[in-house]
Amino acid sequence: MQVPAYVEYERATSVEHALALLARFGPRAQVLAGGHSLIPMMKLRLVQPETLVDVGHLTELRYLTVTGSVLRIGALTRHAELLAAPEAGRHFPILHDAERVIADPIVRQWGTVGGSLCQADPSEDLSAAFAALNATMVITGPDGTRAVPARQFHTGPYETVVAQGELLTEIQVPITPGAGSAYEKVGRRVGDWPVGAAGAAIRLDGDVIAAAGIGLAAVGAEHFAAPEAERSLIGAQAGEQALARAGQIAAEHARPVTDQRGPADYKRHLASELTVRALRRAVARARAAGRSAREG
Amino acid sequence: MRIAVDVNGVERSADIEPRLLLIHFIRDELGLTGSHWGCDTSNCGACVLWLDDTPVKSCTILAAMADGHRVRTVEGLERDGVLDPVQQGFAHCHGLQCGFCTPGMLMTARWLLDHCPDPTPTQVREAISGQVCRCTGYENIVRSVLWAARQERENRA
Ligand SMILES: Cc1cc2nc3c(=O)[nH]c(=O)nc-3n(C[C@H](O)[C@H](O)[C@H](O)COP(=O)(O)OP(=O)(O)OC[C@H]3O[C@@H](n4cnc5c(N)ncnc54)[C@H](O)[C@@H]3O)c2cc1C
Ligand code: FES
Ligand code: FES
Repeated sequence: MQVPAYVEYERATSVEHALALLARFGPRAQVLAGGHSLIPMMKLRLVQPETLVDVGHLTELRYLTVTGSVLRIGALTRHAELLAAPEAGRHFPILHDAERVIADPIVRQWGTVGGSLCQADPSEDLSAAFAALNATMVITGPDGTRAVPARQFHTGPYETVVAQGELLTEIQVPITPGAGSAYEKVGRRVGDWPVGAAGAAIRLDGDVIAAAGIGLAAVGAEHFAAPEAERSLIGAQAGEQALARAGQIAAEHARPVTDQRGPADYKRHLASELTVRALRRAVARARAAGRSAREG
Repeated sequence: MRIAVDVNGVERSADIEPRLLLIHFIRDELGLTGSHWGCDTSNCGACVLWLDDTPVKSCTILAAMADGHRVRTVEGLERDGVLDPVQQGFAHCHGLQCGFCTPGMLMTARWLLDHCPDPTPTQVREAISGQVCRCTGYENIVRSVLWAARQERENRA
């Protein structure tokens, strides 16, 4: 029987209250959102907080809105809510591709977007998706808010720039008209973490690639991104040759490790192949978006 | 800490340790052993019950998180001695063998039909994809849920 070690529980009733609780209980306090990563970690004694500050009831952080040309996602938004949000799918099909294959429908009802990102598991799908989209993470602390690019958010496995006493409060994704995006994942079985996964976001100028974002999960890509592969795509014709080269470059820079999900060389193969597949679908979607924009 | 939870329409309060998992609160403190406790790792779904209106794997949340909320377990499915259509479906279509996975399957099936009264077999399979049955091969579970869906549509017609 796995049970967490003794812990105290405090329920936050507002962001302000949560920050006050975190300040009061100091470094041995830990934020609890959906609990779907934290409670398993506590059962295994991988973390042993003295006090849990439950932010799971903060409906003020549970929203999805488009303001101007930015999609804003409250950190307490559940996976299932992101998956059900038409505005997310319309602008960023990559997010729906990814959410469809994150865990199972019941876990998706409780796990939060912010919890996923703060957990910072090297296999976290949304970290790769938001890296591909060059999202911005909004962090709130006692001194106000600060914005951190997705690619600077993670500082290592299970580590982020969110400091003791701070909360991740919002994820912002810039909306680019005519862009296309996609996510591709290989898992051992339905609902499992990825063996490898790749996300891509593409903007075309005619048939030339004008902007490219590539995110990778579970294959040891620094900051969940593949900047060298992205650079190889800029200015190239959006054809098989350029995509294959980008896949190859992404794989060369990945540092996968062998674990129970698969051997390193297979994961490296996945980094290349899934990058190509994600790019292919992102390009097709960008073309379709371009067509419908022209047809008005 | 003291918590108060509405369980199947009855207010239950108890002094608990905040580390108590919801499944143990329901089974050990309240004696409602219909919800099962299986893998303990959020993988099997034997412990699925509803917190407010949403199914949850109750081995992976704390009883403290349910304080002030509503819980519905398999014991709360029947109404005035009449089994819920999903329960009837499992009985009618042989949707269980050992029965270990059944309470969780029933709670998910009830939730599915509340949100999607006419599911396809694929939608049923998707809904229960986070739950494991080691006996039936899922075929009869899917049949049971579809039977219940049909029954409910006919009852409404
Ligand atoms: C069976 C199962 C399968 C899964 N499969 C996948 C998968 O395929 N792909 C995938 O990517 N993920 C998967 N997950 C992980 C899942 O996405 C996460 O568990 C979940 O989304 C984490 O969110 P949470 O709200 O439960 O976070 P919690 O567990 O509550 O918190 C996680 C961590 O983040 C911190 N935290 C949470 N919210 C905040 C905040 N707002 N500000 C600061 N810190 C915060 C907590 O202190 C903790 O350290 C799976 C999980 C389970 C249980
Ligand atoms: S006991 Fe909760 S999912 Fe298996
Ligand atoms: S009936 Fe035995 S596990 Fe499903």
